[in-house]
Amino acid sequence: MMEIMEGSHAVAHAVRMCRPEVIAAYPITPQTHIVEALAEMVANCSLDAEYITVESEFSALSACLGASAAGSRVYSATTSQGLALMFEVCFNTAGMRLPVVMSIVNRALGAPLSIWNDQQDSISLRDSGWLQFYAEDNQEATDLHYIAYRVAEDKGVLLPAFVCFDGFILSHTYEPVEMLTQEQVDSYLPPYSPVQRLDSKNPISIGLFASPDYYMEFRYEIDRAMKASSQVIREAGRRFGEMFGRDYSNLVEEYRMDDAECAIVAMGSICGTVKDAIDEMRRDGQKAGLLRIRTFRPFPGDEIKKALAGVSSVAVLDKNISLGAKGAVALEVRDALYGSGIPVLDYIIALGGRDVAKKDIKSVVKMAMAGNGDLFYGLRGEVLG
Amino acid sequence: MTDEQCSLFEPGHRACGGCAAALAARAILDAAGPDTIIVSATGCMEVFSTPYPETAWKVPWIHSLFENNSAVASGITAALKKQGRKEKVIALGGDGATFDIGMLCLSGAFERGHDFVYICYDNEAYMNTGIQRSGATPYDASTTTSPAGKCSTGNRRPKKDLPAILAAHGAPYVATATIAYLPDLKKKVRKALDTEGPCYVQVHAPCCTGWGFEGEKTLAIARLAVETGLFVSYEMENGVVTRVKKVVRKPVEEYLKEQRRFRHLFRPKRNDAEIAKIQAIADRNAEKFGIDINLKK
Ligand SMILES: Cc1ncc(C[n+]2csc(CCOP(=O)(O)OP(=O)(O)O)c2C)c(N)n1
Ligand SMILES: [Mg+2]
Repeated sequence: MMEIMEGSHAVAHAVRMCRPEVIAAYPITPQTHIVEALAEMVANCSLDAEYITVESEFSALSACLGASAAGSRVYSATTSQGLALMFEVCFNTAGMRLPVVMSIVNRALGAPLSIWNDQQDSISLRDSGWLQFYAEDNQEATDLHYIAYRVAEDKGVLLPAFVCFDGFILSHTYEPVEMLTQEQVDSYLPPYSPVQRLDSKNPISIGLFASPDYYMEFRYEIDRAMKASSQVIREAGRRFGEMFGRDYSNLVEEYRMDDAECAIVAMGSICGTVKDAIDEMRRDGQKAGLLRIRTFRPFPGDEIKKALAGVSSVAVLDKNISLGAKGAVALEVRDALYGSGIPVLDYIIALGGRDVAKKDIKSVVKMAMAGNGDLFYGLRGEVLG
Repeated sequence: MTDEQCSLFEPGHRACGGCAAALAARAILDAAGPDTIIVSATGCMEVFSTPYPETAWKVPWIHSLFENNSAVASGITAALKKQGRKEKVIALGGDGATFDIGMLCLSGAFERGHDFVYICYDNEAYMNTGIQRSGATPYDASTTTSPAGKCSTGNRRPKKDLPAILAAHGAPYVATATIAYLPDLKKKVRKALDTEGPCYVQVHAPCCTGWGFEGEKTLAIARLAVETGLFVSYEMENGVVTRVKKVVRKPVEEYLKEQRRFRHLFRPKRNDAEIAKIQAIADRNAEKFGIDINLKK
């Protein structure tokens, strides 16, 4: 049924229908509406979960780690400073192969303090072993939660997952969303059945320390599982499409890429604006297209290479910056295209909530076609002095 | 079968000879039994008991990080509750994990009232990383980050009163114990497990390597800590001290002079002023807890 809902509430309902047994979260703007909605559901018995009101994000993820190791499906949500505080636990969760699912309501990282959107927070955890999905709109933000649980808990994956969607731009915006019913979710997402768990009937030790004789093989296996998850994501996305009509079988989305000369590469809600700008550019005879990355981890290098073959320039919109280097997406796209000769230009854009309009997209395309890039787009000279 | 073979904490781990923490682990599991999940913090105990692919633990055991065992335990208790399971949960940490870096998680878990037992094996410094001071290091102890020197008599601060802090959280049962009296330690662990809500047991666990004494003296040193009044063994129920071990007190010097960490108080020259300050700490303990047995002549 199509409903007009705030993004956060749509996500909260999607999470409810995934039947998490334990929720542990700590409030932070712009994630608060999700965890408040879940608390209300628990208070009104529409969600039968243990809800732990932890004293910090560090404990939120630590509690999720413990509950997951004890064999329960778990959920948390955070953003920005909260995610930064979880850094150590993030690596640990992935290392212990626990399929925790967490919403990341993307927000800039301080200093300076900013509650507004960019994607620096989740991007900064790209090396932690979590799957990373990025939603373009609220429909996708909800759907990706069902998919994330199914993939994370797959016996061939067993890795935690971020479902990322842009703070305020999506989380606080009312949009029409088609919500699944509980029966539909149940038919798509089976109950969690852990391969192993903390259980006195079958005692195991989890989280041992590894000498140099063993450590590398653990890391290799995580990487292998992450790479193998691409196929599991495709399969889960295809099945979702078969059952509910919205297909997620690709890790990337191509928009008007068939004969594109300049391809924009981006992630998240900015892609809506990009698509509108492309439509207008196309009307004016300019052959621009969009390659949207929905799954940043595992990184879909092969799909990207295939989709971008034949374009004459690539403009990457990076809502993050690896300070002293480049935007993280551009670096990896460039790696995927290595040897192709296709120029990949980077545009650091929309940091800390700076608005992006269609005209900005058009001017990025113009710059890219002229070979002018690898810069912060839209800096205000008067502020820099 | 001997007791040792029955233990849920297997021998063959990598602890130093004379390690009190290993002794404590065995006693804790003796008291807790097989239906127990252990959540260890990073530290000596975790490292010496679980070098992959080996483990000394015959009960379910998990280690995540140095400072989050209380939070991990919170999640486990929640999951067990949801799944309708009855296992007990023990979070186990050294004094560094407990008094210092894990204090946030510990306070949060106690305030929320999870049904678990936190046991701190207190060896009074960060031993795993090479004997650095912690908030549990006693006054004047020389450690690698509070070394005694020309202008230092060692650790400048007295030990943090963590049992009182946790009792102030509303913990129904808080106890101190020592590996010097294992039956008492086991009784306290059992009582903590049988009490609903978050309970705390702090186990004094002398470290031969870190404190500087021969491994065969561990029990004797532990006993001297009690007998000098520098360590008090007691129980607190709902914030009130209900049981205290009384002693015929010995001068603190008898305890101090056995350990390298206090050697600077005796050599090259005896430091009477500092020894008197430590004696005053023992005297205050004695008065506060009423531990003195006064022998009538
Ligand atoms: C976040 C973090 N900081 C520091 C360390 C290094 N570290 C590991 S164990 C340890 C000391 C442990 O001391 P304690 O809790 O008293 O246990 P013990 O080794 O004395 O048994 C330290 C500092 C770490 N593992 N993690
Ligand atoms: Mg210690």
